Amino acid sequence: MKKNVYKGLYLVIAILLVLPFVLPNSFYLDLAVRMAINAVIVLGLNLLIGFAGQISLGHAGFLGIGAYASAVLPTHFGWHPLLAMAAGAVATGILAALVARPIFKLKGNYLAMATLGLGIIISIALRNEAQWTGGPDGMPVPAMGLFGFELSNDKQWYWVVALLLSVSVWASLNLIDSPFGRALRALHGSEVASQVVGVDVVRYKVAIFVMSAVFASLMGSVTAHYVGFVSPNFADFFHSIELVTMVVIGGMASVYGSLVGAVLLTALPQALATFEGWETVVFGSILMLSMIFMPKGLVPTLAAKFGKEG
Amino acid sequence: MALLEVKDLSIHFGGVKAVQNVGFNIDAGIVYSVIGPNGAGKTTLFNLITGVYKPTTGEIRLDGELIHGKSPNELARRGVARTFQNLQICMNMSAVENVMVGAHLRLDRNLVKAALRFPGLKKRDAELRREAAELMDFVGLGQYVEARADAMSYGALKRLEIARALAMKPRLLFLDEPAAGLNPKETIEVDHLVRKVADAGITVVLVEHDMKMVMNLSDRILVLDYGKKLTEGTGEEIRKNPDVIAAYLGAHA
Amino acid sequence: MLAQFLQFLFSGITVGATYALAALGFTLIYNASNVINFAQGEFIMLGGMLAVVFTQSGLPLPAALALAIVIPAMVGVVIEKLAIEPVKGAETVTLIIITIGASLVIRGLTAVFLGKGTHGLPAFSGETPIEILGATLLPQSLWVLGVTALVVVALWYFFNRTLHGKAMLATSYNRLAAELVGINTSWVLFMSFAMSAALGALGGILLTPITMTSYDVGIMLGLKGFVAAVLGGLGNGLGAVVGGLLVGILEAMGAGYISSAYKDAIPFVLILFILFFMPRGLFGGKSTDRV
Repeated sequence: MKKNVYKGLYLVIAILLVLPFVLPNSFYLDLAVRMAINAVIVLGLNLLIGFAGQISLGHAGFLGIGAYASAVLPTHFGWHPLLAMAAGAVATGILAALVARPIFKLKGNYLAMATLGLGIIISIALRNEAQWTGGPDGMPVPAMGLFGFELSNDKQWYWVVALLLSVSVWASLNLIDSPFGRALRALHGSEVASQVVGVDVVRYKVAIFVMSAVFASLMGSVTAHYVGFVSPNFADFFHSIELVTMVVIGGMASVYGSLVGAVLLTALPQALATFEGWETVVFGSILMLSMIFMPKGLVPTLAAKFGKEG
Repeated sequence: MALLEVKDLSIHFGGVKAVQNVGFNIDAGIVYSVIGPNGAGKTTLFNLITGVYKPTTGEIRLDGELIHGKSPNELARRGVARTFQNLQICMNMSAVENVMVGAHLRLDRNLVKAALRFPGLKKRDAELRREAAELMDFVGLGQYVEARADAMSYGALKRLEIARALAMKPRLLFLDEPAAGLNPKETIEVDHLVRKVADAGITVVLVEHDMKMVMNLSDRILVLDYGKKLTEGTGEEIRKNPDVIAAYLGAHA
Repeated sequence: MLAQFLQFLFSGITVGATYALAALGFTLIYNASNVINFAQGEFIMLGGMLAVVFTQSGLPLPAALALAIVIPAMVGVVIEKLAIEPVKGAETVTLIIITIGASLVIRGLTAVFLGKGTHGLPAFSGETPIEILGATLLPQSLWVLGVTALVVVALWYFFNRTLHGKAMLATSYNRLAAELVGINTSWVLFMSFAMSAALGALGGILLTPITMTSYDVGIMLGLKGFVAAVLGGLGNGLGAVVGGLLVGILEAMGAGYISSAYKDAIPFVLILFILFFMPRGLFGGKSTDRV
């Protein structure tokens, strides 16, 4: 008897539906939107890190490509925002495939180093090409709209992002318990075994990497339109590390862990602001302590404690 | 034409000639064993035939088609399955999922359909789960269906690998020391299992040290020594061959 | 023409020597524990910053410098004992995050207690540049190169001629085997972190009179040192040194001849290049896979 995998999803949807009516003011609504956006990014990243067992240290670079595509293409070239978003995703996909293919053909885990390099190059390029990107100061992003209807209101964005999140969680849950998903997890468990049952290891790794990169690009575009502004920090190394941390703290290979990780680490900088200069120290300490004492991540550790399945 | 034809196969690792000019044929439907002292090159031979290593020289043909140098996943497509001496189990998955992975090639692996939960996909997945549970029963692991792989014993995991290999519905199954590390009772169980598999029509190629098991099960035996083919024949012929006795069996015939 | 080339070469080698020391640090720790220590850059930063603090507080130069090397070494050991040992055998991602967390803590504490300002050190033997074929070489560069060369020779001697050094090498090849012959691998781990931090700190101290230091120089220096280690072949000591020098030179040449805006990007373009064409690095790093 298989338990209903979607129980958690119903809970998530319920929370999402109730939230806007419970939150005291727009500051919290904004925070909620950011959490939801991060959650979708983290879901994509978790498929790569947690399920397929690959490490990306430059994922913010893909966020940057999407974000800046949505800024630059409409502003300098008059493209429609949706087209720009699609273009960003396509460009990201191609770049990811070009880099991933040769890397995955090698024995050993070299993706970490390759993505590290790639992410930093992207963030430096975004910072330097000031005539297109506005340089270190960033640039404004035109509003996202469709047929004259513009998404400009926080509340509207909330529902869009909530929908995106719900669909992403649903799709992820489906994916995990499917032949494709099992092949990914087998890849993580034993590459040799998965090869021997017919999994084309390189193709799968490339596919999941490209997928998580495109996810990131799309959400980068969403963030750009939501915030109305982009700056190169969005694509830097620190942000890449933040994203990996969200995956790891919430729980690698755990869909709900991704959500928890995103929520916690989006709220954390706000909470740490009270520490006046000690934020970095506290953040770093939290990273170290949680990895030492809860290496599986919050959700799996708690789930094991309460005897349920994570 | 034999199912598997190996001609003049060699592999050198630097200065080490792990396998030298080995040749033999395996007919479909038999149980074929490869024996030899430790270091004779048995697992290396397996790795060569199942695509893990590329030979330096020589040919391997499956049903007439050249397959040496092909990757393991390409060989899987051609109905070649194997288990591992040192276990290659996905500890991050449940036992039944490990078996289900074996059926990988037989399913629709489309990622979009999976994400969007196409109904046909779900149904076939449920069927696969039932089939995997049956296979686990077949190998004697019926009570472990819902167990996590990392909670199972070594002996159970060895049989799980066989179940996974069977899920591929292979023509040719390579078993790399299936009885290694097992106690006498477990060894007899594996012996029966291999007999069941062979009776089901699958050609089994076995590397084993347990001589009783080898003599019991094998239709033909290949003896390797220092990477070279010493001799080949039926159990009776091998048992009486003085070279084999000298090289290997010693007083433990 | 030649003068310009030499100028770039000199500045490249100078910075390259620091990258080499950082790369050696990465290599030491990777060999002893298979961990890529992302906090390595912070040791470099600590060396420079502490040297500034101690010299400014009136301590004689040798004492200040000694402390600026010993304290980071102790920090390295603390990290090893508190953060690495407890989680031996954890997944690579976990270990990476831990070392990144450590680097944040070090950087944060430095910012809090020593401020976010930029500081310099007086050059060890004066500021008068030396003229060579039209290019200028700072005397401090000679210090950097000279000391680095001495350290490299000393390390070579240590690993190849002393029992302790050989014990460390043995551990890097096969930990279990080393333990079985009686080598105290915990000690090896402890030493690797201490030495690695000391090497980084030394590099930081030597470089500070030329490039100044501040609480956040660690990140880039560390990452570039990592690139150097990969270029040379992760786990290979000679490779680390050669890799460091190469990265420094290529960075300077690239900045000089192609584009100075992209100077920081050059080492990372280099790492992609290496991974595509020479993943095991120049001297072949480690990678084993037995089925």
